[in-house]
Formats: sequence, C-alpha cells, structure tokens
Amino acid sequence: MTSEAAVSNAAASTKVKLSCRNVWKIYGENPAQFFDAGNGVVDTPQALADSIANNDHIVANADVSFDVHVGEIFVIMGLSGSGKSTIVRCISRLVEPTAGAILLDGEDVLKKSDAELIDIRRHKMGMVFQSFGLMPHLNVIENIAFPLKLQGIGEQDRYTQAERVIELVGLQGRESNFPNELSGGQQQRVGIARSLAVEPEVWLLDEPFSALDPLIRKRMQDEFLRIQSVLNKSIVFITHDFQEALRVADRMAIMRDGAIVQIGRPVDLILNPVDDYVREFTRDVPWESVLSAADVAEAVDGPVSGIGRIAADTPIDSLLSYLGDNADGVAVEAADGSIIGIARAANVVKALATGSGATPAVVRK
Amino acid sequence: MEGRLDHGVYQWLAIILITLGLIAAQPHIDWLTSYPKNLIVPFADWLNAMMDWLVTHLGWLFMGVSWLLEWPIKGVRIILQALPWLVTGFLICLVAFIASGWKLMLFTLASCLYMVIIGYWSESMNTLSLVAISVPMAILFGFGLGVWAFNSRQAERVIMPMLDILQTVPAFAYLLLILMLFGFGTVVGLIASVLYSFPPMVRNTIVGLRRVPAEVIESGLMSGATARQLFWQVRVPSSKRQLLLGVNQATMASLSMVIIASIIGGTADIGWEVLSQIRKAQFGESLLAGLVIALMAMVIDRVTSGLASQSGEYENRKGSQKLRQHSLMIAVGGGLAFYALAKLVPVLEVWPREMEFSPARSMNESLTYLIVNFRKEIEMIKTVAFFFVMLPTKIGLQGSISPFTWGFELQTWHSLAYATSMTVIGAICAYRFNPYIAIFVLLFAIFFYFGLTKMPWPSLVLIYSFAAWRVGGLRLGIGTFFGLGFIVVTGIWPEAMLSVYLCSIAVIISFILGAGLGIWAAGSDTVSAILRPINDTLQTMPLFVILIPFVMIFKIGEFTALLAIIAYAIVPAIRYTEHGLRNLSEGVIEAAEMMGCTKRQMLWSVKIPLALPVMMLGLNQTIMYGIAMLVIAALVGTNGLEQVVYIGLSDGNFGVGLIAGMALAIIAMIADRMTQAWSRNRQSDLDISVT
Repeated sequence: MTSEAAVSNAAASTKVKLSCRNVWKIYGENPAQFFDAGNGVVDTPQALADSIANNDHIVANADVSFDVHVGEIFVIMGLSGSGKSTIVRCISRLVEPTAGAILLDGEDVLKKSDAELIDIRRHKMGMVFQSFGLMPHLNVIENIAFPLKLQGIGEQDRYTQAERVIELVGLQGRESNFPNELSGGQQQRVGIARSLAVEPEVWLLDEPFSALDPLIRKRMQDEFLRIQSVLNKSIVFITHDFQEALRVADRMAIMRDGAIVQIGRPVDLILNPVDDYVREFTRDVPWESVLSAADVAEAVDGPVSGIGRIAADTPIDSLLSYLGDNADGVAVEAADGSIIGIARAANVVKALATGSGATPAVVRK
Repeated sequence: MEGRLDHGVYQWLAIILITLGLIAAQPHIDWLTSYPKNLIVPFADWLNAMMDWLVTHLGWLFMGVSWLLEWPIKGVRIILQALPWLVTGFLICLVAFIASGWKLMLFTLASCLYMVIIGYWSESMNTLSLVAISVPMAILFGFGLGVWAFNSRQAERVIMPMLDILQTVPAFAYLLLILMLFGFGTVVGLIASVLYSFPPMVRNTIVGLRRVPAEVIESGLMSGATARQLFWQVRVPSSKRQLLLGVNQATMASLSMVIIASIIGGTADIGWEVLSQIRKAQFGESLLAGLVIALMAMVIDRVTSGLASQSGEYENRKGSQKLRQHSLMIAVGGGLAFYALAKLVPVLEVWPREMEFSPARSMNESLTYLIVNFRKEIEMIKTVAFFFVMLPTKIGLQGSISPFTWGFELQTWHSLAYATSMTVIGAICAYRFNPYIAIFVLLFAIFFYFGLTKMPWPSLVLIYSFAAWRVGGLRLGIGTFFGLGFIVVTGIWPEAMLSVYLCSIAVIISFILGAGLGIWAAGSDTVSAILRPINDTLQTMPLFVILIPFVMIFKIGEFTALLAIIAYAIVPAIRYTEHGLRNLSEGVIEAAEMMGCTKRQMLWSVKIPLALPVMMLGLNQTIMYGIAMLVIAALVGTNGLEQVVYIGLSDGNFGVGLIAGMALAIIAMIADRMTQAWSRNRQSDLDISVT
C-alpha cells in the first residue's frame, strides 16, 4: 500500500526495542512436556495448542510474536481471557513463560538471573496496573518514590526525583495524601508516576484506564498521549476497548485464545480484517474519523495543479465540507511534500460505503 | 434429587428402628448401657507414666526454662509495683488517647481510678505484668509460625490442626501438664497464656499475608523489590491491619488465660482474688474484683482494636501525626512530672488502705436481703427448670415423672399417648414440610422420653456418626465414629453425655432466644443499639466473671452453670442472626416487596431462608462459646467431662484430666465441623458465599 510509508508515525523509529519471539504460556500439571526446545518454535502452533488443551492443560499464550519499536505505542487488544494480561506479565516475568524468548535490546530477558531481573525492573521497565496496585500504607510521594527507595536512594534524592514526575502527571499539592483519599483517576496518576519514576525505557500498561469512568478515561488517554509525546517511551499497552486502542495505538495486535490474530496499524485492521473476529471489533468504528486523506487518495500520474493541498494524515471527516464544494477534490501530500494522490468526494463515499454494514438499497431504474 | 432424599429418609428410619430395638434389649444386655469396665483402655495411666518419665528425665530442662522465664516476669512486676499508680495510670491513659481518642481515655481514667479506690491496684498490676510479658512472646511466636505456614503448604498442614487442638482442649487440661513440667509459680500462667494466645496471631498472620492484592505484590516486584524487600516493605505493611487484629485477639486471649491460670494460685493477681472471694462466698467482693477484670479487658480490647482500625485508614491528618511524633516526649515528660508529684503527695503514689472505699459489705447485705425475701420465687424458677427441662433431658420422661416431681405417676397409657402424638406430629411434619424435620422430631421424642444419659451408647454413636456422614461427607462420618469411639473405650462416655446434655440445653435455649433477639434487632435500630454494647461487654468479659452474678443468686449447681452458659453463648446467636438478616442482597428484598410480600411473609419466606447460612455459623459459634463456658462452669459444680478435667487438675492426675479434656475437644470439633458443613451446604444450595 502506498499510504503506509506516508502515514508512519514520525516519532516511532525502525529500531526494535522489545521483541516477543514465539512465547508460550501453558498452565497445568506438567507444561514443559509439550516443548522439546525452549525457544517455542513449532511448525503448526494451532495444532499444538489444540492438543495441549485436550491434555488438561490451559493455553494462556500460544506462539505470541511481535516487535515493539523505540518510541512506539504497541497496543494489545482482546476480550477477557484472550491472554493479553498474561503476555504483558511474561514480558516482565511476573509470569514465567513456558517457552519462547523475550528480547530486550536484543538480550533474552528469560535467561537473566534473579538479580539481573531485579536490575532490569529497577532501571528499564515500568508497569502500570488496572487496579493501580498502590501501597495502601504509603502516601502519594512515598508511593511514587517507592521504587527508588528499594534501590537504596536517599530520601532527599528520591523525593526530588519523585517531585518531577508528580508535576508530569499533574498531582502537585497531593503529595501527602494516602491512596484511599484519592479518586480512581488520581490513583492511576500515582500509578503512572510511580512507573515513570525510575525513567524506564520500556513502559508496560495493563488496562490502565479500564477501571475508570468513561469521561475520566478519555481525559487520561489524552494525558497519556501528552506524556508520551514528551517522553517517547517504547510502550506495550493492553486494553479490551477497541476505541481506546484506536486513540492511542501506533500499531496494534488483536488476540484470541492466547494467540495473536492480526497485527497492524489500526487502519489496516479496519480496512483489511483477516477474519470475522477482527471484523466484529471494527464494525462499529466511525470510519470517517479513522480514515485519513492518504487512505482514500487515488494515485495520479504526473504533476497536479489547480487544486488545494492537504497533509496525508488529515482525517477525512474534516475534509467533507471542502470536498462538497470542490468537485475536483484535493491533492494529498506526504510529509516530504510529494503528492500521494487526489482525494475526491466519490473516493470518500466509496470508502465509507465499504465500512458501512448496511444492506444496499434496491435502486429502481 | 427426590430419589436420593427418600433414600436418606429410609436409612434414618432404619436407624430409629435399630435404636428402639437396642433400647428394648437394654434390660437384658448390660454392656449396652455401660461400656464394660474390663475393656477400658487405660490411656490415662499410660499418659501418667509418660509424664513421670518426662519429669524424671527431662525435668531439669523445663525447670531451667522456667527459671529463665521467671526473670522478665519479676522485672516487669517490680517495675509496675514500684511505679506510683499515678504514673502508670497516666501512661495507660496516654496510650488509650493515641489509640482511640478522648472518650476511651476518659473511660480508661475512670477504670484506673476504680481499681485504685476499690483497692485492687496492686493485684491488677500483677495481672498486667503477666499479660505484658506473654503478649509479645505470643505475637513473635505466632507471627513466626504464621509466616512459616504462609510460605510452606506442608508446614501449614501441620500447624493448623495444632492450633485447633490448642484452642479447643480446655485450659484446665494442660495447665497441669505445665505445672508438672515447669513447677509451681507464675511461669505456669505465662506459658499457658502464650500457648492459648498465639494461635489467633498465627491465623491472622496467614490471612493477612494472603489477602494482599495480587497487583500490589506485582507492582512491588515491578518496582524491583528483592524477596526480602517484597516481604518486609510490601506484604507486611499491606497486611498491617489484619496483623493488628491478631494482636488484639492474642491480647484478649492472653488476659483471659492469665485469669484462668490463677486458679492454681500463688500469683496474687486479680483472678486469684476473684476466685478466693467466690470460694469464701463473699459475693460483693468477688463482683467488685470481677469488675476490675472486666474493665481491664475492655480497656485492653478497645486500645488494641483502636490501633488496628486506625492502621487501616491512612489519612493525611497533620494534627494526629504531630501528636504521635511527640507522644514519646509527652510520655517521658508527663511521666517524670507525675512521678515527682507522686513523691510529694504520698496519696498519689500508694493509695492508703484506710482510704479504700468498698461497697462490698452493703452489697452482700442487700444480696442477703434479696435472697431471703425472694427465696420462694428463686426456688420455683430452679425447680421448674430442673424438673421439667433438665431432668427429662438427662434421664428421660420415664425416669423423671413421679408424683414428687410432676404430680402424677407415669402410666402405660401416658407413654402410649406420648408415642402416638409424637408419631402424628412427625407424620404431619413429613407431609407439610420435609421428611427430615419428621426424623428430627422422632429422634428428639426418643431422646426426651428415654433420656440422653440412659440411651444405649452404640445407638448414640451410630446416630451421631450417621448424621455427620450425611451432613459433612464420609470423612467426617468416619472421624466422628472414631472420635466417639475414643470416648467410649476410655470409659468416660457417661460423663461425656452429661456434658452434652447440659451444653445442648444451653445451646438450644441460647440459640432460640438469641435468634429471636437478633430478628428483633435486625428490624429495629433502637434494639440493635441497646444490644450492641451488652454483647460487646459479654464478649470481652473473661468467662470467670460471668459466673459471679449467677452463683450469687442461685448458688452452686447445674442450673447456675446452665444460666452462665446461656448468658455467654447467646451473644453469637444474636450477632450472627442480626448480621445475616441485615446483609441480604437488596435486589431480592426489593423483588419480594414488589411481589406484595407482607412483613411476616418477607421475614419467614424470604429473609430467614436466605440468612440461614449465616445463622448456622451463629449456631456454630453458639456451640463453641457454650463449650468454652461449660469448662469454666465446672467451678460451680457440674458433673460432666469438664468436672473430670477440673478434678484431674486439683488431684494432680494429669492423665485423667487430659483424656477428659481431649474428649471435650473431640465433641467440640465434631459439632464445629458438622455445623460448618451444614452452613456450606446451604450456601452452595443458595449459590451465595458467606464470609
């Protein structure tokens, strides 16, 4: 597709930060029996998963592989029980995977000793939890400085450091409050601040906003995007909410029964769902706000002149009125100024028609 | 389902027939009534022999431990006795203020003044010094075991039954063991108190450590905690509230055991004071001294539970934090100031004997007046209860009906009429409600006619084991069979039945009265508000003290014991009933209301059936409380196992006492497992869970 390169997130580089390679997590009496080698590479993952399930074992993750690039927000989406929480815990080794590899900067996390693992958690990884996981006996600043305290950093230094993230998440003035005195949104701000206090490179968020009210949730998503625009972390973000995934994801994976069904940019999933399961999620998505000008542009040969120009990532709902007045359409240009193509009203209508689930009306001649 | 039910009913009918057959055969076969003497297994003698061996060969070791433990007790005792009451009182009040605030501080102050003025300060301090040593030991030991059990399933499997045994075997049974090993003195009280008070700490430690939410642990791990950091900086602080609850329970248990242990004497503490006054029949004095124990218990309870609940609600209160930071300074400063003051004003150091004020004499006089003037009424209450309730349960209608008691001779036609009417009632129950209620009625009719102590022991063993099997499954059935079998072969079955008889009457009355009060309290906030402090007081009161008012009026005997047991065992019945009725799911109540339930229908057809599992747990606790009180009631003259235990202690016959104590524990555990299983069955039928 021509549009892919054009719309790629400017922030995300092509350098891989974190990589899951054929990760399996099996629960049961003797999970190891199903794997000859620890690397989890098998010829027919689906067949193996079925036979494991038939042997009184539970398959939580089956052959999960994906890459997260530096500065990228990678969303894992799935219904409850699809294994999305397990995979993020496999990455942080809160759960020990049965087979596979987790590469952080090219080194396998699963091969690290306990001491090395603690070191990784202290300096390279931060995690945010669905129900916050705050220490009830510590106040806001103590909670945020807790990871620093564990590292043996002195009180003065760790409070200075904590003060900085408190400002970042907007919790100034709340330092001496205890968690039970805060609202859900504020508690999660503490959770976010705590996970950022050690300045991690990889940031894991396990359904961070699912426990919050819809309005607060939206505000926290905006905050999260703002923070990310400043910090540029490599992020794995778990959610069961497709709308949320659309809002935050650079790329996303959809999981079912422990396995990844499809990986791609949100728009790829919407335009080309691999199966009905994925289509089910994308059905109710308002296409006009998801599709960008580049997605509907029709390629042209030769130079274009005499019509308006628009950036490739402009959402098409903001173009509708312009296209209504200008039958010739609008030229879509990439970040480097080259023309991708022309978007006309007819292209937009066609794209929207594909997305609409409605049965076409019978038109009499 | 229907088919299986009927199956059970037939089995029960068969058992009833067997029972009737055994009763009919009783006059011809001796061993049906009493287990043959020559077949009794002499466990008691073996235990005594073991004990002798232990004392002769390892006595030096225990004596050494005893000698070591004497020192801290002596130390604390000397300090508490040497400090002017003003200083000690001030420090206790300060702690009360920090734990809970002004109200508790005033209550504590009043309690301290009472102890001083009534003249029991020094005895109270002796009790306090034992508690002060035993509680930290129990907490450390309990926490350690709790952590061990938390970390290892195997350890837990060993530790948990041990706790069960320590909490159910009556203290009198192992007091003697301690006495023989460690020698006469305060150390016995200390060790008994540690043994009795560490189990709640273990339980709370395990629960607390387990209940820390998974995400808190995970976030601790992700913060980079090492195993040690995770435990001490995440798990333990997060479960602080539960741990302090354990401290509260351990402290209360410790105090009550220190009081009970004073029965062996030589302690000069407040428990000994109460006991010796009871023995001298000086009820005014014993009540005044008993009140000291009650006040101590209440203050200690409120202080420790205040600390526990405070630790749960973290708040950023500047004021109280400041106070806490300065509390040490206030304590030292105030203590020194008051010390100086007490040295200047002697009254504030040691309250002089001649200034003591004791209303004991006038209390005794008014009591005498009361008893003399209301002798008829008191006698009547006693007689009615004895002839119409207690005696029939004990030896049956056939044994208790006589012209002297009921006013007529028991004729054959009386018996026939009784049998017919009970069968008819049974049939109606089976038809209208449930065949199991009919079975229950029939069994009850048989017990009441022939008397619990006159029933052939094989049929009772059969009935109990079968009931246990039906309610709690095969394992409980087999366990019950062997447990009761132990009681039979050790030859203490008759005493066991005397205990069961007294305890059952008390439990049934407590539960009916308590459930009634609970229903009332659930419907009325006023009643609830009146009952709550009464229940609180009864529950924190050391068991000893509850005996006093009843002994004063009704003298020594089974009836007094019965009343004392009821007074104590009624508390959980009230509590659980009210709790169960007040915490039903609102959806169901609203739905029933919309269907047009009347108040009565709502209570009987909706609320009570739904609250039944909780009420069952209340019954469970009623039984446990009943047995706990029964043991203490041996002091006022009962005849069951508890008396055997008590006699074993006073005669120095360790084996006999321990065997009887174990038998009581067996009965308690069977009753406990059966009611628990029953409640669980109801919960799973109703698809609810009760915590």
